[in-house]
Amino acid sequence: MTVPTTVTAPARASAGNDVLLEVRDLRTYFHVLDGTVKAVDGVSFSVRRGQTIGLVGESGCGKSVTALTIMRLLDIPPAEIASGEIIFEGRDLLTLSEDEMRHVRGNDIAMIFQEPMTSLNPVYTVGDQIAEAVMLHQRLSKKEAWNKAIESLRAVGINNPERRVKQYPHELSGGMRQRVMIAMALSCDPKLLIADEPTTALDVTIQAQILELIKDVQDRTGTALMLITHDLGVVAETVHDVLVMYAGRIVETGTVEDVLLAPKHPYTEGLLRSIPSRGMKGQRLNVIKGTVPNPFNMPKGCNFAPRCPYAFAPCAEYDPRIEEANPPDVACWLYTPAPGSPIPPRIRPRRPVEVGA
Amino acid sequence: MIRYIVRRLLGAIPVLFGLSIVLFAFVHLLPGDPCSAILGQHRTEEACARLRANLGLDDPLTVQYLRYLGSLLRGDLGASVINNKPFLDEFLVRFPGTIELTLGALVFAVGLGIPLGRLAARHAQSWLDGVVTAISLFGISIPVFVLGLVLVVVFGVGLGWLPTQGRIDARLRFESVTNFMLIDTLLAGRPDLFVDAVRHLILPSIALGSIPLAIITRITRASVIEVSHEDYVRTARAKGLTERRVDERHIMRNAWLPVTTVIGLQVGGLLAGAVLTETVFVWNGVGRWVVDAIGNRDLTIVQSTILVFALIFLVVNLIVDIGYAFLNPRIRYA
Ligand SMILES: Nc1ncnc2c1ncn2[C@@H]1O[C@H](COP(=O)(O)OP(=O)(O)OP(=O)(O)O)[C@@H](O)[C@H]1O
Ligand SMILES: [Mg+2]
Repeated sequence: MTVPTTVTAPARASAGNDVLLEVRDLRTYFHVLDGTVKAVDGVSFSVRRGQTIGLVGESGCGKSVTALTIMRLLDIPPAEIASGEIIFEGRDLLTLSEDEMRHVRGNDIAMIFQEPMTSLNPVYTVGDQIAEAVMLHQRLSKKEAWNKAIESLRAVGINNPERRVKQYPHELSGGMRQRVMIAMALSCDPKLLIADEPTTALDVTIQAQILELIKDVQDRTGTALMLITHDLGVVAETVHDVLVMYAGRIVETGTVEDVLLAPKHPYTEGLLRSIPSRGMKGQRLNVIKGTVPNPFNMPKGCNFAPRCPYAFAPCAEYDPRIEEANPPDVACWLYTPAPGSPIPPRIRPRRPVEVGA
Repeated sequence: MIRYIVRRLLGAIPVLFGLSIVLFAFVHLLPGDPCSAILGQHRTEEACARLRANLGLDDPLTVQYLRYLGSLLRGDLGASVINNKPFLDEFLVRFPGTIELTLGALVFAVGLGIPLGRLAARHAQSWLDGVVTAISLFGISIPVFVLGLVLVVVFGVGLGWLPTQGRIDARLRFESVTNFMLIDTLLAGRPDLFVDAVRHLILPSIALGSIPLAIITRITRASVIEVSHEDYVRTARAKGLTERRVDERHIMRNAWLPVTTVIGLQVGGLLAGAVLTETVFVWNGVGRWVVDAIGNRDLTIVQSTILVFALIFLVVNLIVDIGYAFLNPRIRYA
């Protein structure tokens, strides 16, 4: 039985090496007039090939900046990548030359943005804009790229793509434009698709369709998906694993079931309680008592302590880090003994939370 | 597209109509006695009465206006009150000089303003941006004739680098056929004269083009900066396009839109500025002619020149707007 062995060997090798993206201790700061905003402040996570992962958190917690840092699309200055590594397929993206990075963008990692109304160039047809990326990365002729554009429009469920391909963005609805963005992102068969709030700007029925579409193409193409949203409802429907972000840090990770059904971090719990009831989706979440800490004046201990209903002595003193937890799935002194603290942690098991309670 | 053009042309009619009323009022309500102006020393009460009857100056104003409008509609722009030469003949002889000067100024303003604006935008908030802003502020605030005189004194009289008077060296006795010096010298197979004509054009073009240069620089800068922050520029970068391609295909293509409109609007200012510039540089064009006409109270000439300039301004802006519609698919079928 030598044949099966030779077949499975490479498969096993790739299975062992299936981490596509690994972000280690990433810190992205903005130097502005009033001081330094630590928008991303020591974030680590990884994405396996084909994995779907959600990045959730309140507005301003650093989700977009994380994504834009991975794509290296931030202007430096005012941004500064103060530390970290972004290992994509074994290469640290932060050390690539601008030319090498360009080959990654759109080709290996594609991104969809929140605002479909403004994310397409108004003076070119959608076909032009899709074909532009295809021609660049796949070295196809104009004609072939154009056909590919039609095919990718068809693949995202656009009727009569032969006609749509010749239209300008202003001739399309918001949902249609987001489909075009998705078609464009997928046209070069990326290994990772980053979708930054792809449905926030759309109305509810269209939101569901677009999410369905993203899930569907993800299934079909096997691309890894990083879905950024502040809507836990969206996460529940779309991804397998979740990263919860607060004030530039990951504060909790786990599978969707773990995190959404039995959150550990009080912040996650608060997010779940504030899920709007049906028909009110798409609104900003701001129902957790208190506000996001002032970026120029972060609390000394846990960033969430001032808003936390469970805060106790060490929370105001010591800054919990998710890497130091065991298992490393939550950054909270309720689950990890605080260093030098006389008070023992109140270890709490994951417990169910009533959504919207 | 055709519908758009037709609509724009129809839109120009009330503007011209209104202008004809303003110009009529301007001439007829102006203090001063046309008899004295026309007859000068030969003014007698008798001659004056005859003249007034001939010109219909004793009719009610509405009748006079309708008569004026009627002649305009027939394409009759009147004749000089002084020497009775038809306006249009005289105008067409001088207009090429003004066109050459205006185009020279436009080439200077656009050719320099757009690169400067892009440079300032790319290095926004740096010292380079500051220098460009200072230059353009200077360009906007200095009056055309002051700049003209400074240029004459410095580069003409002082350094002797460039000629400061006329459209071509008068000693060469070059006879122009079309009155476009740059064309005629080439048609005559005289590149040496062409160069001379270009040299004559340089200082007046700079004097006249300085204000449009400043405005175009600032608009280009603002427009490029604004477009650079658009979401679709980020989308273009996210596709993996080179910075150059992002700049040319995605930023500039959109940044052009407001710039084209502004260039069109500058033409009005250029025609007005030409009057002063031609006077400073003894440039044989419509501007100097009009200044003379004002001095002579030759109001038909003044009146008709303003009307024709307004018409040119409208036509140029129509052309610019059509060009804009081609650049901007959002209004193409509007
Ligand atoms: N260009 C910038 N200059 C200065 N500060 C910035 C810049 N971009 C982002 N920030 C700051 O970084 C922090 C994180 O912003 P980010 O856009 O990542 O939030 P987000 O989680 O994506 O929020 P949202 O849900 O509103 O999209 C915010 O405090 C924001 O003010
Ligand atoms: Mg965001």
